[in-house]
Amino acid sequence: MNDRLPLRQQLGRALREHGRAAALIAATVGAVALLFAFDAGWLDPRRLTPAKIANALEAHDGLHEGFRRAHAKGVCFVGHFDANGEGVRLSKARVFAAGRSSLIGRFSTGGGQPYSPDGRLVFHAMALSITAANGEQWRTGMDDTPVFPVATPQAFLDFQVATQPDANGKPDPAKVAAYLQAHPETRAFMQWLKDHPLPSSFANGTYYSINAFRFINAQGDSHFVRWSSLPETPFAAIDKDRLATLDHDFLFDDVRTRITHGPLRWHLLLTLAKDGDPTNNATKQWPDDRESVDVGTLSIERVASEEDSPCRDLNFDPLILPPGIAASGDPLLAARSAVYSTSFTRRASEGPQPSAQAPAIHDAAQNGNRSKP
Amino acid sequence: MNPHTEHFVLPARLLHWTMALMIIAMLFIGAAMVSTVSTAHSTLVAWHRPIGSAILLLVLLRIVVRLRHPPPALPSDIPAWQRHAARLSHWLLYALMIAMPLIGWAMLAAGGYPVQIFSTLRLPPIAPHDLHLYTVLHRLHTYLAYLFLLTVLMHLAAAMFHGLIRKDGVFRSMAS
Repeated sequence: MNDRLPLRQQLGRALREHGRAAALIAATVGAVALLFAFDAGWLDPRRLTPAKIANALEAHDGLHEGFRRAHAKGVCFVGHFDANGEGVRLSKARVFAAGRSSLIGRFSTGGGQPYSPDGRLVFHAMALSITAANGEQWRTGMDDTPVFPVATPQAFLDFQVATQPDANGKPDPAKVAAYLQAHPETRAFMQWLKDHPLPSSFANGTYYSINAFRFINAQGDSHFVRWSSLPETPFAAIDKDRLATLDHDFLFDDVRTRITHGPLRWHLLLTLAKDGDPTNNATKQWPDDRESVDVGTLSIERVASEEDSPCRDLNFDPLILPPGIAASGDPLLAARSAVYSTSFTRRASEGPQPSAQAPAIHDAAQNGNRSKP
Repeated sequence: MNPHTEHFVLPARLLHWTMALMIIAMLFIGAAMVSTVSTAHSTLVAWHRPIGSAILLLVLLRIVVRLRHPPPALPSDIPAWQRHAARLSHWLLYALMIAMPLIGWAMLAAGGYPVQIFSTLRLPPIAPHDLHLYTVLHRLHTYLAYLFLLTVLMHLAAAMFHGLIRKDGVFRSMAS
């Protein structure tokens, strides 16, 4: 082969002499590229991507740069979890061995609007990142309702799209009605909100794991579990008819005031499924008589604005689990993990914003970090 | 034409083909896992980390093997531009094999994620928890993945060019 020939002539000659080989090379490279395009979803416009759900959340509540796409309005807290050792028979996770783990968490209201009034949506959330003595991390995002409005990622997307406000700022009633007609589980969730008294404070709410998880103990036995945190603060119900008249930040002001009087505590309960209980459907409750094990106490000692606390920069991905806790077959879990990650990456790139919650009482809360006032 | 008969040593060939499969798998796993909310997402994430860690270990071993056993020289009649392209693309492939796992590792650390490789192995953070750094690393990991794919495709085309058109023994030096 003559390497003095210019490239074009060389290629031309190669093609004449080696047409079939050149075609085979092009076909092979093209096939790999095509496979990759299919794999990445570029040829599949119907694939339910995390970006589609994040986009729907942004369309629903507006794009608020730097904030979480859901549960945008929140406040951080720090504290610890004291395990009593009862959880060891269900999970080998170190966090359940008698002893103390540290925690960072976040209270939030629902929705993607960081400056919305606290009465806008009645459901609240508690997110936790618990770090055991050996460094194992357990993150969870819990809601104060035992059931979730949708069972699948597709239904979640459809719900967001159907309830998206149009030009006049309200969802189209026809779309909402059509969605609800097709989703009895969402109607059941709304009915649950109507029928049950709802907590008046972050401090007196019970928070639920939303999804079921698989717990694995040191012997390798596995159980399906849902967990919940039960407040020591006595329950008081919010007046659902007067939500619009409540102060703009009544929930956040309340928790920052309460913490100055001492730590807030919850008992962490593991509830065991029996055979036949749904473990892959977050819209279905388990019967009330299922065994619950109190595995320890969550104590919140300090509340801080997001800007001053590491919770702002954490993704409370429910699949960040220690060995001894694993995902169930609930399709929402992988979707939450994927969408939270997209939301996290987007808000990180936008430059995380200071919290919508000014640290007004923050200094008082820090100074009030003692067991009793 | 002067087909050369030298081969890469057996460990180099084993490492090449094992890593080739792993790297292509990683590119496909990575692209798929960020494109779906299905349960495949969590399964693929769970594969991505151990395979990436293994690639980092294997490329270190591969560098040792390469330093001890320099690869056979290219045939002397290869045009200079192809020689340069070969050298550049191999440097790039090695750089990416080292950089991609390290960037992925640092990216998780910068995002405040535990670097859980599999349930019993957690690596220490190699970067501070910092969302600006996370953003830079996340973009790098993404763009370098596309560069990696393009480089692998060029490498594949060049290997087939040697094997099917030039028939100069270069392909055989790795293939058999």
